[in-house]
Amino acid sequence: MTETLEPGGFARRLLLRRALGVGVAAAIGGRMAAAAEAEIVIDNFTFSPTPLTVKAGTTVTWVNHDDIPHSIVCPDLKVKSHPLDTDDTFAYTFEQAGTYDYLCGLHPHMHGQVVVA
Amino acid sequence: MSIDPSLQRRGFLKCMTWAGTAMVWTVAGGVPRSRLIGSAEAAGTDFTFVQISDSHLGFDKPANPDVTATLKEALDDVGKLQKTPAFMIHTGDITHLSKPAQFDTAAQLCGGTKLTMHTVPGEHDILEEDGKSYLNRFGKGTKGDGWYSFDAGGVHFIGLVNVVNLQGAGLGNLGHEQLEWLEDDVAHLSASTPIVVFAHVPLWIVYQDWGWGTADGAQALSYLKKFGSVTVLNGHIHQTLQKVEGNVAFHTARSTAFPQPSPGSAKSPGPMVVPAGELKHYLGIASVSLVSAKAPLAIVDTPLAS
Repeated sequence: MTETLEPGGFARRLLLRRALGVGVAAAIGGRMAAAAEAEIVIDNFTFSPTPLTVKAGTTVTWVNHDDIPHSIVCPDLKVKSHPLDTDDTFAYTFEQAGTYDYLCGLHPHMHGQVVVA
Repeated sequence: MSIDPSLQRRGFLKCMTWAGTAMVWTVAGGVPRSRLIGSAEAAGTDFTFVQISDSHLGFDKPANPDVTATLKEALDDVGKLQKTPAFMIHTGDITHLSKPAQFDTAAQLCGGTKLTMHTVPGEHDILEEDGKSYLNRFGKGTKGDGWYSFDAGGVHFIGLVNVVNLQGAGLGNLGHEQLEWLEDDVAHLSASTPIVVFAHVPLWIVYQDWGWGTADGAQALSYLKKFGSVTVLNGHIHQTLQKVEGNVAFHTARSTAFPQPSPGSAKSPGPMVVPAGELKHYLGIASVSLVSAKAPLAIVDTPLAS
């Protein structure tokens, strides 16, 4: 998965969903779509924003803007991403409410948190 | 590269520490060089080996767009040493992303030196297949995640792995199984045996905020207390740092790929972009000579350009 939330990509995804005949509700307005997706940026060995609060069912996408690879490890969810090289992304959909701590598998001093309301 | 005067002073203070153990230090061009008093060059009978580190093959960002070329250059310098070293140690982050092609390039280039290479993995070497892509190539005959020991030139060498199962504390980690093995491994050795320990992440806490240290490193070192000479060689932080604590001399090596900022001097430990033409002052190799079983080993860290 390489898509990001930049406007062009967003529009392209909506078109794709329309074409597939799914996610019509998401096309009604950006507001609803935004509620179902969120982005966490990795910059200077820092996750931002953190904590990130989202609703259940939200797909969170991490994007790495560093010159060094990072990975996302969430022990509670047994989630472990592939290594994200520069500008690579990783997406995960949070289905259950709860507070989820995660860290970078390569640089475990990097911590982040997603709160699913 | 500008030289912080306090660094020079600190270097000379260290010099004083080492002078007591028949070691003289000079700091020139920001590079600490050590040699034993009265032996500027390793004598013909001395046992020498070379350390390289953090070649990060596959890295192609502005801090160094051609890490293969700088590794080649480092290895060429190894070939030019007056005395052929006994072998080469690579203290990890051989590759940047654990890709087969990156490991292949490493094996090919390092093999060109005709020297045996002893390695330990860095966190960048175990990103694929739970570390098997590293172990299948470099881990033959090792235990656990790739730790082992061997004897050469009267020295007992111990390669440790402190990059697996990294925990929330943010530091390197050896783990219970490896520590037990270490305790057992050195139990039968006489206290006069010189010990060289090599691992990727520094065994001592260099800078906790950036995870530059090993959570259970002190426990590992506690098993080595009885030995008169312990030298610890690490990589990971892409710069030379040295300290002496009792009988233990700690040394971190430069990277052959790109420099990283000194602890706490930048927002993050990411690759440091240095002015054009200066990169090679920040990269290099270390050659180590064993001169006396009583003294720590002499380490000469050589930048690619001096």
